[in-house]
Amino acid sequence: MADETKNHGSEKKYGQFHRRVFEANILNFAVWATIAILIGGIVEIVPMFTPAGTEISPDVKPYTALEVAGRDIYVSEGCYLCHSQWVRPMRAEILRYGPWSRAWEYQYDRPFQLGSRRIGPDLHRVGNKYPDAWHYEHMRDPRSTTPGSVMPAYPWLHSSRIDPGDVRASLVALRKTGTPYSESDIAGVEESLAAQGGAIAERLRQSGIESDPDRAIIAMIAYLQRLGVDGRAALQKQGVEY
Amino acid sequence: MEKSASAGAGVPVAVYDDDIVKKFAIATMIWGAVGMLVGVIIALQLAWWPANLGLPWTTFGRLRPLHTNAVIFAFGGNICFTGIYYSMQRLLKTRMWNDTLSKIHFWGWQAIIVSAALTFPLGITQSREYAELVWPIDIAITLIWVVFAINFFGTIAIRKVKHIYVAIWFYMSFVITIAVLHIVNNLAMPATFLRSYPLYSGMTDALVQWWYGHNAVGFFLTTPFLGLMYYFLPKAAERPIYSYRLSIIHFWGLIFLYIWAGPHHLLYSGLPDWAQTLGMVFSIMLLAPSWGGMLNGLLTLKGAWHRLRTDPVLKFMVVGVSFYGMSTFEGPMMSIRAVNGLAHFTNWVVGHVHSGALGWNGMISFAVLYWLVPRLWNKPLALPRMATQHFWLATIGIVLYTVSMWAAGLMEGLQWRAVGASGQLANPIFIDIVHRLEPFYWLRLLGGSLYFAGALMAVYNLFKTIRGPESVSTDAAAPVPVT
Repeated sequence: MADETKNHGSEKKYGQFHRRVFEANILNFAVWATIAILIGGIVEIVPMFTPAGTEISPDVKPYTALEVAGRDIYVSEGCYLCHSQWVRPMRAEILRYGPWSRAWEYQYDRPFQLGSRRIGPDLHRVGNKYPDAWHYEHMRDPRSTTPGSVMPAYPWLHSSRIDPGDVRASLVALRKTGTPYSESDIAGVEESLAAQGGAIAERLRQSGIESDPDRAIIAMIAYLQRLGVDGRAALQKQGVEY
Repeated sequence: MEKSASAGAGVPVAVYDDDIVKKFAIATMIWGAVGMLVGVIIALQLAWWPANLGLPWTTFGRLRPLHTNAVIFAFGGNICFTGIYYSMQRLLKTRMWNDTLSKIHFWGWQAIIVSAALTFPLGITQSREYAELVWPIDIAITLIWVVFAINFFGTIAIRKVKHIYVAIWFYMSFVITIAVLHIVNNLAMPATFLRSYPLYSGMTDALVQWWYGHNAVGFFLTTPFLGLMYYFLPKAAERPIYSYRLSIIHFWGLIFLYIWAGPHHLLYSGLPDWAQTLGMVFSIMLLAPSWGGMLNGLLTLKGAWHRLRTDPVLKFMVVGVSFYGMSTFEGPMMSIRAVNGLAHFTNWVVGHVHSGALGWNGMISFAVLYWLVPRLWNKPLALPRMATQHFWLATIGIVLYTVSMWAAGLMEGLQWRAVGASGQLANPIFIDIVHRLEPFYWLRLLGGSLYFAGALMAVYNLFKTIRGPESVSTDAAAPVPVT
């Protein structure tokens, strides 16, 4: 029988204690097992909610409405499954990508998108690395900008549109979680989308690309061009080389 | 089947609810095949990008969560429930506390799986690894889990034996810990019906998520499967478990240490150093209870090793437990900072995960199915030779998979970091390294396809068994016919 165990002499003491205290009393057993699985999580996670656990920086600003829309697309497409946003403090990574990623750079990231796999390159310092037109073409056909790329094309981003009401709902929810958006940020979502989207569309036009400012690809470009930019500027201000 | 008030070892088989066990067993087979098929498809996409098909619904980014969720929560979840509903009734000598709750649990869980299969291809996801399902589905999971937990503890409360066997300890840690992890990790502010933002941000969100993510491995893919090992391995070997004392140490050591290990996913990140170090140290300590459990399983076969030659069930179990030992050795090694610096972000991690998932979870699952289905339906296994063929196909598939991913991971890890004599990157063009991985991706696809083919053979064999003629013998406990 599976539920019959050998009872070596040396096991009797342990066994009798365990049988009496835990196995004969399921409530006791469940309570102690719960305590056992809670300790590690409490010790590691609770300090993160104290000022000592989380570094913050006034130089890193919340994402704009258009960038939030772009980030929602990044999340929806599962970009994190191939691209990390996490430059590690190692010589080769700094050479390849730029300054290593600080904790406070992620302070408004909900959800975090550090990623766990680099099928493609890290993106944490991709902001301002390429022109807008590069991203536009890269998403339409990755092989047009990176010969031999294995990334799928995302042409539907170029045809689908951003819904301002949807973006406003995102900002409202983000504000409830603690992102410091003001009343005017919420009220001005449409103007903000139009202004930033219009600027990107204008830059694309100068590169010979016609796109409406409310396309999903415009939001995606806005988000990608923001990545790591505040952090890099803050580090320069602090005089930190890496 | 009537509930019976009779107690003790003489309880007739009819008091047990085996209908629910059969349902979960069939669901396991179906979802296992679906989940592994998606795995083969996304493996092909990495070797040959046109397999993304140019459609929004079939890109790697949308299908990969479908694969992981299907194999972990659909295949893995259903085999655990199969084994739990079968074994706990027998170990506690009682029927499940409430049949309606059992049915709600079954159909609710399957509905959640279907909702995952519908939402992921549509790009409806939280993009938090292994917790991708959106908030309305998370609430459904919580409700179904509570139903399961009430039924689980209710059944223990009405048990006809005093003491509780070790398999049930591990099931209990599964029930409790998954509830805690799931709820804490998914606390979020809804923005729309299908989108929400987590209450935690940045590194805190990362830590909570990997506390969840690593313990999904610990308490979804380890403790309930260890429970299956503690019940089905002694049953199949017809030997008592090697050491009761080792079981006690194994259980408490494992559940206490596992929960600390999450931060090893965030080494060299912005997470505070002390938290990273705790994650590393506890991951290394985790080797001890893990191997204690492996040895308890393997040593149970003392005196029964000769049966390995003829019994496919034992073949699957021994290789499964051995892979548990190998991946719980590899994991602590990869948690050492310096090793992690090389291994992280590479295919090595993918290989490590699959030596655990295919080698440990998959092999134990098939062992349980091959042992259980003939007994549940009271029919001999239709094609015993095919079960042995499946075993060899799966084993070769795992070896090809893990070896190709080790090689690919080491290669890309070394090439990413290589710096030339001039102080510049030796491989500055990222895509060049990607291209060098292609042969390994094809080899991995071959390994995965062999494993998938084996799984299809199991499904065929087991369905043929279910549809086959009644057993000549009426003894439900007759051993599986062997080749």
